[in-house]
Amino acid sequence: MTARSLESGAPLGERAATSSLWTRIWQNDAPGYLFLLPWFIGFFGLTIGPIITSFYLSFTDFDLLTSPEWVGANNYIRMFTNDPKFWASMRVTMMFVIFSVPLKLAFALGVAMLLNRGMRGLPLYRALFYLPSLLGASVAIAILWRQIFARDGLVNDFLSIFGIVGPSWISTPQYSLWTIIILAVWQFGSPMIIFLAGLRQIPQDMYEAASLDGASRWRQFIKITLPLLTPVVFFNAIIQTIEAFKSFTPAFIISGGTGNPINSTLFYTLYLYQEAFGFFRMGYASALAWVLLALVGMFTAFSFLTSKYWVHYDE
Amino acid sequence: MATPIELRKIVKAYGDVEVIHGIDLNIDPGDFTVFVGPSGCGKSTLLRMIAGLEPISGGDLLIDGQRMNEVPAARRGIAMVFQSYALYPHMNVYQNLAFGLETAKAPKEEIKQRVQRAAEILQIVPLLQRKPKQLSGGQRQRVAIGRAIVREPKIFLFDEPLSNLDAELRVQMRVEIAKLHNDLGNTMIYVTHDQVEAMTMADKIVVLRLGVIEQAGAPLELYNSPRNLFVAGFIGSPKMNFLTAAAEAGGLRVAGGNLTLPRNVAGAVTLGVRPEHITIADGSGTKLADVRVDLTESLGGQTVVYATTADGQALTIVLEGQRQFELGSTVSAYIDPARVHLFDAEGNAIAA
Repeated sequence: MTARSLESGAPLGERAATSSLWTRIWQNDAPGYLFLLPWFIGFFGLTIGPIITSFYLSFTDFDLLTSPEWVGANNYIRMFTNDPKFWASMRVTMMFVIFSVPLKLAFALGVAMLLNRGMRGLPLYRALFYLPSLLGASVAIAILWRQIFARDGLVNDFLSIFGIVGPSWISTPQYSLWTIIILAVWQFGSPMIIFLAGLRQIPQDMYEAASLDGASRWRQFIKITLPLLTPVVFFNAIIQTIEAFKSFTPAFIISGGTGNPINSTLFYTLYLYQEAFGFFRMGYASALAWVLLALVGMFTAFSFLTSKYWVHYDE
Repeated sequence: MATPIELRKIVKAYGDVEVIHGIDLNIDPGDFTVFVGPSGCGKSTLLRMIAGLEPISGGDLLIDGQRMNEVPAARRGIAMVFQSYALYPHMNVYQNLAFGLETAKAPKEEIKQRVQRAAEILQIVPLLQRKPKQLSGGQRQRVAIGRAIVREPKIFLFDEPLSNLDAELRVQMRVEIAKLHNDLGNTMIYVTHDQVEAMTMADKIVVLRLGVIEQAGAPLELYNSPRNLFVAGFIGSPKMNFLTAAAEAGGLRVAGGNLTLPRNVAGAVTLGVRPEHITIADGSGTKLADVRVDLTESLGGQTVVYATTADGQALTIVLEGQRQFELGSTVSAYIDPARVHLFDAEGNAIAA
């Protein structure tokens, strides 16, 4: 290889140098690129391509049947000034994020701390608690959830033992979102596993030193566990928040794709779906998608910016 | 200030497995006591039981005459320095030192004074605003000790505190801890596997093996009169030479020769002699054996000779000053008959 590039190479002027460069790329690097090709096709064809296209479409009117018509920023203007459903869906998703993420994280941490006490059969419990996370996003579970919180569902059966006649939780506007929040909290498995790993990293002798100092369990939790766990909390918070913003299936199944009752479960993604595949307003749906992306991006950036004030990295 | 500690038949068991087998020990007020022994001997477990970090399975622990078995760690008047230092990584040095006092809800002003005083004692005042990760190993060690001092405990416990430091720093901190003990006068218990630390720091050494005390006493007492083979081999460096011996009428058959000792030799199967109590070919003392020189180490102030006896037993000799020997040459080793140790078949020392 070296001998050949030397022969055709250096002293023969620019053209020769260029051609030798191409030869080198072809002979040295081509197999590498060939192996990368499937990934390139996937990345450019299925990821970057649609992203760029959707950005373009967000400035158009497009119904899939006729070609896109350029409308400038109209979609965005309409969204913010003249679309109550946009604000309704934004409100629902924000509520969902604000309540489901902290509740889920708190619950995950609580269970992780229980499991971290070194009990017998820990791997079994860990697997059992993780199970809902595997199933949770599935259609089957959402349907099951619908049954549990229906008027004649399990929850009301349970309440009837105490003589309470419960409403249909999923079709009462003030409760319906909460059933979906509870469903989200129930899927605490993946942050729990990460919390458990994080808790294992905290050296036992820190707690021993603290207990010699007379610190109660609560004080140990507040002063040692929580601060030392902040990198994991930070990671989980970001991942779960992004997940929550993107949440779609439970709302779709439980409300039958309507976002009802009276838009109380009209998640942002559900509204986006309705616009795109219900009304075939692809341009407007693309604009909605970009606003969501910007929102998630802003939230994540904000989290990273504030992290230096509350996340403690060791070493 | 100084507090006595008494251990009565202390037992530690994990399920059916007993690891500490009924330890009796009195620690005098103000003493610096060192628990020493190989890993797995139970020294750290014993310390942790005194601290209250490990439940006591049997027996009584008395601090200042009070039974402490069920008293929580925080109320035993004890501070402990951990091998890993166990500093809180998210708090700066000041917060680390203040943590215990804040937990005890001491007034702010008092916390400030006590932290300041501890920091001055340990010369870490300039480090108060730093986080542990910004400190060197030696500085972290000081902070860990400072955290103990701040609480003004009755008793200090140290769990192998110097084992993470490099050799030079270890010597320096050893001196400082000993000085601290002189200044404060508290009862201190110190765990180590390093017999040099034990010899240099202790008022009293407790040698442990497999959950029992092999011998407890002043460092020189253990050095001069080890009770058995284990203690004889553990205390002193390089370690004591052990030669197979057989008692005969009027003497001892050892290393292929006869050794006449002016003492009781009945029952002796092992002769112990410390490397520093052997001389070579200067005619003083009693001749032990002719030995072949295998290797020498010149330390400047001392020369260590590794040799082999005629019947193939290893003999280490430490000589003062700088000496030259040809490798493979045969030299005569002499001993002071008053400084040899004899052990019976059970490994117990035979009284002179």
